Amino acid sequence: MMRSKEQSELRAEIGAAIERKQYAAAQAGLEVLWSGAASPVLAPYVTSSYGRIAPHLHLTPFRLAILRSYAVEPLIPVLRAAAYAHRIDLKVTAGGYNSYVQEILDTTNPVYREPNNAIFLSLQAADVVPELWDGYADLDSGDVNRIVARTQDDFTSWVKTLRASTAAHIVLQTLEIPATSACGELDHQSPTSQAEALFRINQHIRSIAAATPGVHVLDYGALVARYGRENWHDPHKWASINMPFRAERLTAVAEAWMRIVCPLAGRTAKVLVTDLDNTLWHGVVGEEGIDGIQAGKSHPGCAYRAVQRALLDCSRRGVLLAICSKNNRDDVLPVFDRHPDMVLRMEHFSADRMNWNPKPDNLREIAAELNLGMDSLVFLDDNPAERKRVRLECPEVTVIELPDDPMEYARLVRDCPQLQRLSVSGEDRDRKNLYQVQRQRAEMERQAQTVEDYYRQLAQEVELQPAASATLSRVAQLTQKTNQFNLTTRRYSEQEIKLLAEDPAVDVYAARVTDRFGDNGITAVMITRTSEATCEIDTFLLSCRIISRTVETALLAHLVEQCRARGIRLLRGWFLPTAKNAPAADFYRAHGFTPGDGNGSGVLWTLDVTSASIQCPPWIQLRTAVPEVTHA
Amino acid sequence: MLDQIRSIIADLFGIPLEQVLAETSPDTVDQWDSIQHLNLVLALEHAFNLQFTPEEMEQMLSVELIAALVEEKCVALEES
Repeated sequence: MMRSKEQSELRAEIGAAIERKQYAAAQAGLEVLWSGAASPVLAPYVTSSYGRIAPHLHLTPFRLAILRSYAVEPLIPVLRAAAYAHRIDLKVTAGGYNSYVQEILDTTNPVYREPNNAIFLSLQAADVVPELWDGYADLDSGDVNRIVARTQDDFTSWVKTLRASTAAHIVLQTLEIPATSACGELDHQSPTSQAEALFRINQHIRSIAAATPGVHVLDYGALVARYGRENWHDPHKWASINMPFRAERLTAVAEAWMRIVCPLAGRTAKVLVTDLDNTLWHGVVGEEGIDGIQAGKSHPGCAYRAVQRALLDCSRRGVLLAICSKNNRDDVLPVFDRHPDMVLRMEHFSADRMNWNPKPDNLREIAAELNLGMDSLVFLDDNPAERKRVRLECPEVTVIELPDDPMEYARLVRDCPQLQRLSVSGEDRDRKNLYQVQRQRAEMERQAQTVEDYYRQLAQEVELQPAASATLSRVAQLTQKTNQFNLTTRRYSEQEIKLLAEDPAVDVYAARVTDRFGDNGITAVMITRTSEATCEIDTFLLSCRIISRTVETALLAHLVEQCRARGIRLLRGWFLPTAKNAPAADFYRAHGFTPGDGNGSGVLWTLDVTSASIQCPPWIQLRTAVPEVTHA
Repeated sequence: MLDQIRSIIADLFGIPLEQVLAETSPDTVDQWDSIQHLNLVLALEHAFNLQFTPEEMEQMLSVELIAALVEEKCVALEES
């Protein structure tokens, strides 16, 4: 926790930065302040300061509705401040106090009409199953089974109605277990204990979420347990205002919600860039040599070993790792190669910069090498001066604030909302290999005589298929994460993609691209909507892995052919420019489309397919699994 | 302690610190409604690491009364 003197100095700096219109500096200060001193006391100051600078920052808007059984009002200002600190402009609406059941069932409810991005169903065990919470000692095992089954059915039907009535993400919470059990020690001697009954309900909540697209779980029970059940509640607040946690836990709840909200809002990072000395190991390898550094199981190495393990765990869910360190590469490589304490090896890193250049320059190079934007990076460094410099010079990068005690580092990496994923596709797990192969491709491109030689040597195969249940989540993920080659940047949830795929007037195509280096996975998406003699391209995107390889021409050639076969004359689509989609700006012009009038946010381009000549490039083999569907 | 309470109130209600006086109360600050009163209670609990009972929450009707209550509770905590 930051000292109050530091806090007031930082607040003075933030105020001065806002006055001088130095928005990156103000944002940097506010993020550091919130990460070191988050509290309900600070929340109004943080929110009002962001309110003054928000138009100058790149914040992601997000609308959250809360259906709840308890007094959620004190949480809302803390949620908003926490969201700002993670670069999200959060609008929150709360349903009526303890009227969640009516609100779910009433499909004319505003919660379904408002364009919410997510709906949190936030319920307390004491409200949902009072019999199991307070009256457990009165029950026999038949009663318990009946109550558990009834509650499971309630959750099933609530989620079913919610899912059918909104395209928003739905977040369910697990139920917590009471600090003291109704039957005392006797409870734990029985296979049908109070804790076990609640556990069965929680298991059911998880299985509903796993089986329903766009439904996610926040493990509230685990959050309470993390701080200790005794230290979570304030019985006075529960009795007087129905608030189920102490004031000092509000920030823990808000941060836990952010770990769900950030991935839902697309505020995720693809690469974790780490420093080495005193971040991944204890000591400075350039000074103390390979034998002088420690990352073993004993003190002081153990804190750093835990950081390495946390990084490896992140990479298992698809986060790339990279190194940015002021070091001589020749001093470092033997450490990863043969130091007995290393959990991580060089093969775990997709890029590295070990030199004496300024870290902001190295971070820009790493982003360019991996073909990613700077906002895809999270930066981890024990040195506060390096962190501050990166915050000021690379404001798009997410910087993890670290306290003095290295024993805290691993937890802060694990808790970083930008590193969370709510689902992991096969592509995510293979991401590291994909990027290594990408390097080999780049090498081949450098050696090829002409660009066409390079395309031929790549021997690409594109397999086009209609989105099906196995690919819905990957298709939705691509619409949410693809920024560069994306003509319209329309973001869709898995549920929305499912509805589009079911719409007979809409085609959702997923393309798998393979080449001589292997399978890139599903890396392109097209969504088209047909009405009478016109086919409109709603979405056309390529993952950055396959940009500049003429795949887009192959896909377009297929669309044109498809239109002709269906007797459609006009193919049209919007190009909606964003800060990042310049790589796609010339797509329609280069393929012979005619620009129409703009509407302020973009231009509608049209192609007469009867006279157009768009061929699949000879170096791409296009295979299609798309059935010939004729639209009525 | 009084200064800290005053600055919490200034932040929470978005008013200048110099306008937060001993007699400042829900009657003199428009924003001080029942929800903001609750947020104030929680902010004070967090800042001074204590918990108010429902009765105490109802007594917190001016800056002066709040300061006296916080002081009393902090002393009680130290003695216990």
